[in-house]
Order: sequence, then C-alpha cells, then structure tokens
Amino acid sequence: MLRLSETQRMLTHKAAPLRTFSGLIHGLNIDGPLLGGLLLICIFGLFVLYSAAGENASLLINQAVRLGVALIAMLIVAQLPPDFLRRWTPWGYVAGLLLLVLVLTRGDVGQGAQRWLDFGIRFQPSEAMKLAVPMMTAWFLHDRQIPPRIGHLAIIAVLIAVPTIMIARQPDLGTSLLIAASGIIVIILAGMSLRLMFGLGVLAIPGALVLWNFMQDYQKQRVLTLLNPDSDPLGAGYNIIQSKIAIGSGGLFGKGWTNGSQAHLEFLPERHTDFIFAVLGEEFGLFGVLSLLGLYMFVIGRGLYIAVQAHDTYSRLLAGSISLTFLVYVFVNTAMVTGLVPVVGVPLPLVSFGGTSMVTLMAGFGILMSVHSHRKLLPH
Amino acid sequence: MSLLSPIKDHHSERRLFIGRAILASVVSFFLLGTVIARLVQLQVFDHELFAEKSQGNRVRIEAVPPIRGLIFDRKGRVIAENLPAYQLELIPEQVDDINDTLIRLAAINLIERDDIPRFAALSQSGQRFKPVTLKFRLTDEEIANFAIQRPRFPGVDFRPRLVRHYPNGELFAHAVGYVGALDTGDMQRLDSARYAGTSHTGKTGIESSFENDLHGDVGFRHLITNARGRQVPANSSELLDSLPMDETPGPGANIYLSLDLNLQKIAYNALEGRRGAVVALDPTTGEILALVSAPAFDPNLFAVGMSTGQYRDLQDNLDRPLFNRAVRGTYPPGSTIKPMLALAALESNATNLTRKSVCIGYFQLQGDDHRYRDWKPEGHGPVDLHDAIAQSCDVYFYEMSGVLGIDNMHKYLTQFGLGSATGVDVLGERPGLVPSREWKRNNFRDRDDKRWYHGETVIASIGQGFMLATPLQLASAVSTLAMRGSRFQPHLVAAVEDPLSGERDLVGPRRLADVEIDNEFYWDNVLEAMHDVMQGPSGTARAVGFGAPYEMAGKSGTAQVVSIAQDEEYDEEEIAERLRDHALFIAFAPFDDPRIAVAVIVENGSSGSSVAAPIAKAIMDEYLGYGDAATQ
Repeated sequence: MLRLSETQRMLTHKAAPLRTFSGLIHGLNIDGPLLGGLLLICIFGLFVLYSAAGENASLLINQAVRLGVALIAMLIVAQLPPDFLRRWTPWGYVAGLLLLVLVLTRGDVGQGAQRWLDFGIRFQPSEAMKLAVPMMTAWFLHDRQIPPRIGHLAIIAVLIAVPTIMIARQPDLGTSLLIAASGIIVIILAGMSLRLMFGLGVLAIPGALVLWNFMQDYQKQRVLTLLNPDSDPLGAGYNIIQSKIAIGSGGLFGKGWTNGSQAHLEFLPERHTDFIFAVLGEEFGLFGVLSLLGLYMFVIGRGLYIAVQAHDTYSRLLAGSISLTFLVYVFVNTAMVTGLVPVVGVPLPLVSFGGTSMVTLMAGFGILMSVHSHRKLLPH
Repeated sequence: MSLLSPIKDHHSERRLFIGRAILASVVSFFLLGTVIARLVQLQVFDHELFAEKSQGNRVRIEAVPPIRGLIFDRKGRVIAENLPAYQLELIPEQVDDINDTLIRLAAINLIERDDIPRFAALSQSGQRFKPVTLKFRLTDEEIANFAIQRPRFPGVDFRPRLVRHYPNGELFAHAVGYVGALDTGDMQRLDSARYAGTSHTGKTGIESSFENDLHGDVGFRHLITNARGRQVPANSSELLDSLPMDETPGPGANIYLSLDLNLQKIAYNALEGRRGAVVALDPTTGEILALVSAPAFDPNLFAVGMSTGQYRDLQDNLDRPLFNRAVRGTYPPGSTIKPMLALAALESNATNLTRKSVCIGYFQLQGDDHRYRDWKPEGHGPVDLHDAIAQSCDVYFYEMSGVLGIDNMHKYLTQFGLGSATGVDVLGERPGLVPSREWKRNNFRDRDDKRWYHGETVIASIGQGFMLATPLQLASAVSTLAMRGSRFQPHLVAAVEDPLSGERDLVGPRRLADVEIDNEFYWDNVLEAMHDVMQGPSGTARAVGFGAPYEMAGKSGTAQVVSIAQDEEYDEEEIAERLRDHALFIAFAPFDDPRIAVAVIVENGSSGSSVAAPIAKAIMDEYLGYGDAATQ
C-alpha cells in the first residue's frame, strides 16, 4: 500500500509540470483511447436518442445528466487500484446477494417485475451484480491454479448460479443471462478446458428444454414470435416486424436524422429504449449502424488489449470479462432488434435511454482504466 | 496474501489468456459478423421491400367529401345551401371521464340529458381519436357560453364545418326534403367508396331523389399518419415527399326547381293551423309550381341533428308533420271527379247535355230502400249536366252511374292519371286507387266481397267508397282537364346545373298519353260548368270566384271520413273535429289559356268550396300577378 501511494505521488509529480491534457489524463488514471471511444459512442447515442424520443429536449438533457453521472462514477472507480477492488470483492458480492434477497422479499414492483429497491434513490441490485459476479469469479481464481480444476469450477458455478437464479426469479431474464455470461466468460478466459466447455454445451440442450418449462408465458411467446413474427403481426410479432421495416427501409444511408417515419410516426415501439438501434438503422442506414458497431468494436478491442497487458490474474480476467460482456450486450441487443434472437429486454449499451445500466457500464470501464493505469506498479 | 503464489506460472498463464482472448475475439467477430450480415440483408438486399412497407405504414388515403349541390326555386332563390357552422365535438381519447363530461355539458344546456347514453355509447365505439359530434350547429350564445367554460372541458371543442341549411325552414320541408346523418341503411344502399368522408345524405324529397346529382364526386388526399392512424400535421418535413397526387372532389350539381317560393309561402300560410296539402302545376308542362303539406317541420333540425326529445315530438305528433300528404296522402276525391265522369259519360253516351234529373235530396236503387243522400238535403230540383257540375248535384251522378258503369268510370279516370303513380321526381309517391270489378276480384278473399255491387258504383260516382287519390294526382287531373286531355308528367326539377361549367340540363315537359275524348264540344261544356262553379250564378264556389280580374274554373269536393248512418241527423258541430269531412278543391286559370292548375285538400275542413277553394284562388292570384305580393 505504501509503495503504491509513493509511486502514485511520483507519477503525479512527474505529470504536474507538464500541465498538458495527457498529463491530466494520466493523473486521473484515465485511458485516453478508451475514453475517446466511449465519448464518441455517447455523443452519437445522444443524437440518435434526440430523434428517437421525438425531438424531446428534456429527455435528452435527462440522458446527458445520466451520462455525466456515469462518467463521474467511471472516474471514481478508475482511482481505485485493482488490489483494493480485489480485497473488497467478496464483501461486495455478499452485499449484492443480500440486496437481491431484499428485492425478492420487499422490492418495488415495476412493469410486472420486482427489480427495484428504494433507499431514497431507487436502484436495481441486479445492476451491481453485473460487476460483482465477474469480480467474484476472478477473485476466486486469482490465487488458484490456472487453468482451473473441476472442483474449483463447481464452486464457481455455484457463485454464478445463485445470483443468476435470483435475478431470473424477479423475473429479469435478460439481466440474469448477461450476469451468467459475464461469469462464464471469466472461466473461459481463465483457460477452462474447451472440451469440457463443449461437453457442457451439449448438456445445455436438455437444460434449455428444462429452462423452457421455467419460462414465463411472455418469455415463451417471445421465442415463438422470433421463429415466426408474421404469425401475429399486431401482437407479439409487431415489435420485430416494425423494427425490421425501420432498419430495412433505411437502406445504405438512411432517411436522414429525425426523418425516420417508422420512429416518428410511432410505428416502432420502445424506440428510445430497447429498439433504438432500429431508429439508428432507419435514419442513418447501413453506414450509420456500421459506424456505431465500429466504435463498439474499438472499445471492446481496447478493453481486450488492456486485459492482455494486465499484470495479475484478477485484473486480467476481470478486464477481459468486462470487455467481452460489453460485446454480449451489443450482440444481444442488435441481434434482437434485427430479429436474430428473441426479444430479451437488453438495452443498447450507452445509447438506449436509461440510468442504472449506464452507471454500471461506465463503472466497468472505470475498472478497465484502473487496471491499465496501475499496472506498472506490479511486479513481473 | 502474497501476490506470488507458488503454484502460479505467470508467463504460461498469460500465454493461455492471450490464446483465449484471441479465441474470444474470433467468436466476437463471428457474432458481430452475423449481425452485420443481417443488416446488409435488411438494408441492401431487402431494402426496397421494406421501404415499400414503411411507405404503406404511414400513408393513408383520406376521402375529401364534395360540396353538396345547391337547390334553387324557379326564380333562382336559394332553397338549400351549405353554411359554415360550428359543431361541438368530443375527442374520446382526450377525455378522462366521458360520462362526467357529458353530464356537465348537459348541466350548461349544451346537450340534452336524454342524449347522454347515446353519446356515451358513440364515444366508446369507434377509434378513440375520432371526434364524436355532440351538436351540429351551435348558436352564437352557445359558442360564447362554451368559450368561457372551455377549460373545464378538456377534449371538447367546437369546429367549423359546412352544414346544410334551408333558409325557408318549413316551406319546402316536404318538396325538397332534408339531409340527415348517414345511418346503417344508407351505408348499405349507397356506394361506400363514393360516400367515404360524407356525413349526411338526402333522406326525403328532392334531396333524396336527386341525391346522385347533388352529392358530387368524392376527392382524395394522402395523409401521413402515425401508428394509431391519426393524421400528422403536414409541415415541410421530408416525410411528405413522394406522396401520390391528391384528387380534388367534384362539387355536386345545382338543382333548379320548378317550385315558386312565393306560391309555397301562400299555400303554407293558408294551411296554417290545418292539416292538408296543396299542389299547383303548370298544366302546359307538368312543372310543379307549389307542393305543400301541412303541418310541416323544420328540415334544418334533421340537417343539424336534433335531440332525441325533439325527434320524438315530431314522431308522436298527432298531426303527423313528417307525413308528406301531397304525394303520400290518399283521400277520397269526392266531387272533384265529377267533371271527369261527366266527360266519360258524354263520350260513352251514358248521358247528354240536355238530359235532366230531378234531385229530391236523395237517390234510391230499384228494390232497395237505402237512400244515397245528396249533400243538399232539400235537393237541387231539376238539373242538367252543367248544373250537376256547377252545383255539384250528387243525385244526377248517382242516376247516371248505373248507365255509365264502374268499368267505364275506371277506364276514363285512369286516363286522367288516377289510380296510378304520376311518376313525379320525389320518392315515396302513393298510387291511390280507382276501383274496378277486376280490382275487387283480385283484392278480396271472401266470395261475397269479390263481387262488385251496384251500390258501390253509385258511391264511386261521387268519388267515395274505395276510390282514393293523392293531392298530386288531383292536381295532375285538373291540369289534364285544363289542357282538354293533354297530359304532362308532373315534375319538381326544372334544370340540373353543372357547378363548374354552369351548363344547365333542362328538364323538358314529358307528355303522357292523352285522354281519349276528342269531342271538343264535350270539353267546352264540362269546362264551362267548372267555370260556373266559381264564376256562375249558382256555382258552389261562386263566393270565391266573384269579382276576380280573370276567368277561372274549379270544382269543389267533400270527402266523408265516416259514413253517416241512415236517417241520422248530420250535425257538424257535434262531430269531433277529426271526424269532419275533408275539404277538397281543384281549379285552373286563366280559363281560356290555362297556366296554373291547383289541387287543395284540407283534412276535416268540412267544405271544399268555402275552405279549400279560397286557398286555390289565392295561389292562382299570386301566380297570375294579382296576389297581395304583386299588388302591394
């Protein structure tokens, strides 16, 4: 700890006389390329959101404030050294589980699901678990043998499954799947035997059938709708049909900003939240969606680079998981909006309107920055 | 906890991690590649399909109703027009509590309490953003009153639109008819494409029979609509690009009636407080100059929409103001058929101009002690055919009827147009009835009833019994008398005008088969007798024709509503008003050059010559330029 703060002081000292932007960035433990990519996504997202929300300025300001809060959260997290995070990981995980128990017993019901806790400010404990689960998995593997042994994998499976099932019961299938994915990504990155993974994948097929029985009717409906959206064009299939029309009618260069008829004439449901990608596709065309996907890929690539550069197991696994989970977000949302996977309530990261998930995402990127900026302090 | 765990090999661990990171990157590229391939499929290969779907999603074709044609009288005075009016509307989706809003609107007298359930049901059916009209025309006071209270009624507002207006109110209620809101029956009958966007259609009279001309052709415009089908205001937005061309509606044709506003006024005012009908024709063309049925109603009530209570009052009114007596009312024609029967009798040698009957006040058939009474209990004394018409002696016709026979009566009366619809250009006309042996055979069930009795011929000779005629038929018949057997189909519409080019399609006289009596001598004598009815020394209506500046001819009639039992004293005072005889009168003028023929019926008016005749005279005065309006 002493060594750490000494070096930090030294770094600050070296940077201060420069009084340059890069100096400031180093001083705040910020990774410039990552921040640049994220800011571009956010700005692009705000443009799309302005149009998607019917040119509603107050909603735009609301989102900008949320982004600001999320960026501040990112900055704060970036200041926390990976060791510090690692030490507090088990406590955070346990606290998260307790909050989930609270949600299930006395949480607020919103839109037919129990997801919220109200401590003066309302928040979803499942959001905190998005970070707590990969952190806990990485913590567990940190001083154990890599690749992990079967016994360890079993313990990790429990660590992942408990919060996943609790969140699935809220019910919030989308979030629970993302949380499970973030944990599984950690063990894959940790070198879990690929043969074992495929074996489990084969076992997952009967598992999916069991899952089907546990699914709520609306979730089953979503899967069925994906398979044949035209079966019920004004009911469950409506979202997918309208979003495909929006994207398809956008063509190569789109109908132009704020000129998307599908969005502006309210044909497209959930247009400023889960289906905002369709608005982007309609108004900016293939050119627009590829630009955004390019930005996402840059951010993910930078994240993986940071993970590879990391100096200890915990940082490496965590950074890799955060980056790849972000990819899962992007994939699930865009695949859902284009009708490739069932509609699960996953927002388009940093672009969809909404608060809590943005703070979590940015906090995750804060961890990446922390991992990157603190790495020189660790021994080889 | 040491960072350097003894079992850890950091280099191999890092290599393993890099391997997995590369694997993850490959999988990521594959996943995102799938999405990108999908995007290319949607946005490049299927772009046209989706672009079309998107267009179909948002463009809605809305019908633009045409402006209904105007109706004018023969002198170009407006009878039916379209006026802008403010209507009160409620938009269901903008109202939180529809019932409460309606109750509060009733409390400030904008709607009637009785109508609340109807409006509530209307608001619940149909699309929530489509306005429900609560009141079609607001008065200035109502607009002012509502304007103050508007904040209390979110979702309720007034909006201008064109409302059919009949500036002369009741005057043309039965001739021109009215428009009313389209109902389900209309929807089935009318071409739904042509009526898309139209709210009202002609229900009766000319408004109904010339609906096809008056309505015009629907136009279309293309609207941008949102997912709920509501129109999005068209601004400079690029959304409007590539919309198909709109089609402007073709206005309805204007109609010029042969009716004369002044004659309608005189006729309607003369019938004030009575039940009856007046029909005046130009005998040389068949043009109807006046067609009035009284009492009438204000057709604006239908065009504007009336409350349930108002409609019930009209429906339940004992005087039946909605009933068009002029073309649908069938009455025993009474003595008005005597000139026609006289001609028939002369033509078929059932009588001659010199033969006389001695009228003792009643007539009896041989071997029957039933007395067929004359209207004059003490009798007319010896009368010839001329006197029998001028004084309306019933006994002369009773006697003659046996020789003439019912079949001859039927033959000639039918030639005058009685017993069949005239084919006038308003709908709903009744054919009336001229009985015959054949008719009786076909229309009765019992064998005794199927037989034709001699006594029935007797009463038929004074237009009683089974015989029925409409006022329009009587007007047409007296026109035929005036024209000495030449007949023209009566019609109300004189011209149909194309509103854009101003070209008028004139409705010419349509000649019908002549009455088959060619002997001018017969016509001279019978018409002379009709002249003397009004202007002879002993004519029944001489009081009416006395001192007139022109020559005229006429015939009174009295139709029994109830039959009077044998030997019963007939006391008018004691008979309830509604059981009194109907008063009829037919007339034409000028005598030598007939230009107008009139039929008047006053229900329960008792006396044709003293109640109905003055009305006929007033109309002829006006038309020939001797009326109050003309002399003042």
